[in-house]
Amino acid sequence: MIGFKTVFFRGKNGNGQSKARRAGKKSGMELAHDKFKFVRLFFVLAIFAMLILLTGIIITLGPLNISVPDAYSALLALFWPEYFQVETLTSRVVWNIRFPRIVGGMMAGFGLGICGCVMQAVLKNPLASPFTLGITAGAQFGISIAAVAGFTLLGGPYFIVGNAFVFALLCSLFIIALAAIKGATSENLVLAGIAVNYFFTAISQLLKYFASDEQLRLMTNWGMGDLAAFSWANSRLLLVIFLICFPLLMSKSWDLNIMTAGDEAAKSIGVDAEKTRIFIMVITSLLVATIVCFMGTIAFVGLVAPHMARMVIGGDHRFLIPASGVLGALVLISADAVGMNLIAPTIIPTGIMTSIVGVPFFMYLMMKGKRKEFWT
Amino acid sequence: MMIKLQAKDITFSYNSHPILDNVNFEIAPARLVTIVGPNGSGKSTLIKCIDRIVSPQKGSILIDRKDVTRMSRRDVARYLSYVPQSSVRVFPTNVFDTILMGRRPHIGWLGSDDDEVKVWDVLRLLNIERLAMSNFNELSGGQQQKVPNARALVQEAEVMLLDEPTNNLDHWHQLDGMNINRDVVRKREMTALMALHDLNLASTFSDRIIMMKKGKIVAAGDPTSVITAENIASVYRVQAAVRIMSDRPMIMPLQQIREGRA
Repeated sequence: MIGFKTVFFRGKNGNGQSKARRAGKKSGMELAHDKFKFVRLFFVLAIFAMLILLTGIIITLGPLNISVPDAYSALLALFWPEYFQVETLTSRVVWNIRFPRIVGGMMAGFGLGICGCVMQAVLKNPLASPFTLGITAGAQFGISIAAVAGFTLLGGPYFIVGNAFVFALLCSLFIIALAAIKGATSENLVLAGIAVNYFFTAISQLLKYFASDEQLRLMTNWGMGDLAAFSWANSRLLLVIFLICFPLLMSKSWDLNIMTAGDEAAKSIGVDAEKTRIFIMVITSLLVATIVCFMGTIAFVGLVAPHMARMVIGGDHRFLIPASGVLGALVLISADAVGMNLIAPTIIPTGIMTSIVGVPFFMYLMMKGKRKEFWT
Repeated sequence: MMIKLQAKDITFSYNSHPILDNVNFEIAPARLVTIVGPNGSGKSTLIKCIDRIVSPQKGSILIDRKDVTRMSRRDVARYLSYVPQSSVRVFPTNVFDTILMGRRPHIGWLGSDDDEVKVWDVLRLLNIERLAMSNFNELSGGQQQKVPNARALVQEAEVMLLDEPTNNLDHWHQLDGMNINRDVVRKREMTALMALHDLNLASTFSDRIIMMKKGKIVAAGDPTSVITAENIASVYRVQAAVRIMSDRPMIMPLQQIREGRA
């Protein structure tokens, strides 16, 4: 508790009267509030611990038997080889086959979770997510264009990501413009998202129709795949983009809290609502484009993870953003683990599994959720 | 005379439809001033122009002779707070966190104990401490109206703007809200400017009243000089009886004036 207080609620000293009361008795409500703050922080730390635990468990699943301790040893051996030893085979399977897929899942889930969370806040729309607004479809289309245009051979992954970003951004700006002109009601935005989705999917399919075998292969490799497409080679770009985007989004936590109260209230508290909205949509477009490039379209995580987090910890984005990310990662890697092993050796693609596993869980939360959500 | 808030030549039109037409006024410190006027007279728009929620095409706003129109939004928020007419929360947020947002112009990312103490103080002042952990969407109308008011108070701006704070409230809650705001103006020496529909409430609680019609100020001054049968007839097109009760004019609308129009 002491560490928690000093880290998150460091106050100025002085201000005698309030300090004196602080030192004295707290009212029941103040105690309840302290408890709420503790639960909120505990929840974020707990789901993070769960993510680490689940990683170890999922590594053990597969044809080669690996125990949970061995899984962690294999991971830690890279950093402290003098303390952790494992067989070479185990190490290879963990580092080259099983762990990369989990890392890919975590990054995709985390990225989609935080994107959904901040998009919902700036659009004040519980149905906003990279998928429902058609931004993943735009990114997907950018990939197809890049593949057909054939510039990939010159520019490598950066060109494809760049292209996906441009088209994802186009979709975002379309959504923002629509929200500005017609009002950002849930119905408007989701209808626009569906339209954008169909439009870009149709054009992507049209491109496929005219594509050569080589181009088709490129399209499929980039983005139409699932977590199997993830490798250490392309993780670097993803990591760099994460390391840029995540702190930027976190730095806007307070503004996002205030944006959910409406543009007028936000402006009166000193937040430039329009600028913040565009800033957030640009950042999320970049993140979504990168994820779609490497992992394909994964529909369900970005919409649901933020709601799951909000049900437990409320609306403070300083906690909500990381919690949405970690929950997204948890949902995605668990769903993927089930898909990998349910009817092994056949692997069910990640996107399908997240929906099959996630939707019933989401329904359960809807029915049992303690905190009132928008639909109750 | 000392001037806290001054509006100069505020002109605003929406889709080339004029809403405010050269509005000028000056307000002394620690006063509660209300803007009254019929629907569409520009009360709310004037309040929004002052807080730069909408930008007037012409004119400037001065607080302590400093031009608000040249400040960053964050700086404006240190001088001016705003209580919107209605607040809808899409996502569940507890009352405490909603009010804490008002500290945003003053705090860093981490927040501090001091900010929380200020929120508790305001919660007690408004007598809603027991609601601190309740979800905003589950409150009654009267309770909901207090939350943005509290948020504006923790913002600690010297001038507070309120847009019809008594809308949709029963008499008890109307008086409660007005009393709290009047007390705050007295004790903290704040200046409050509110758009108000109810002339009798305005008359009871205001130090000064500004009466508007079609984007222009037609009368301004203390309640007895503004709330008169003549003004109400010309501005509201209503014949009204005005009686003085406890030194304040009270009005009773009697019938519409239909000057020639069917």
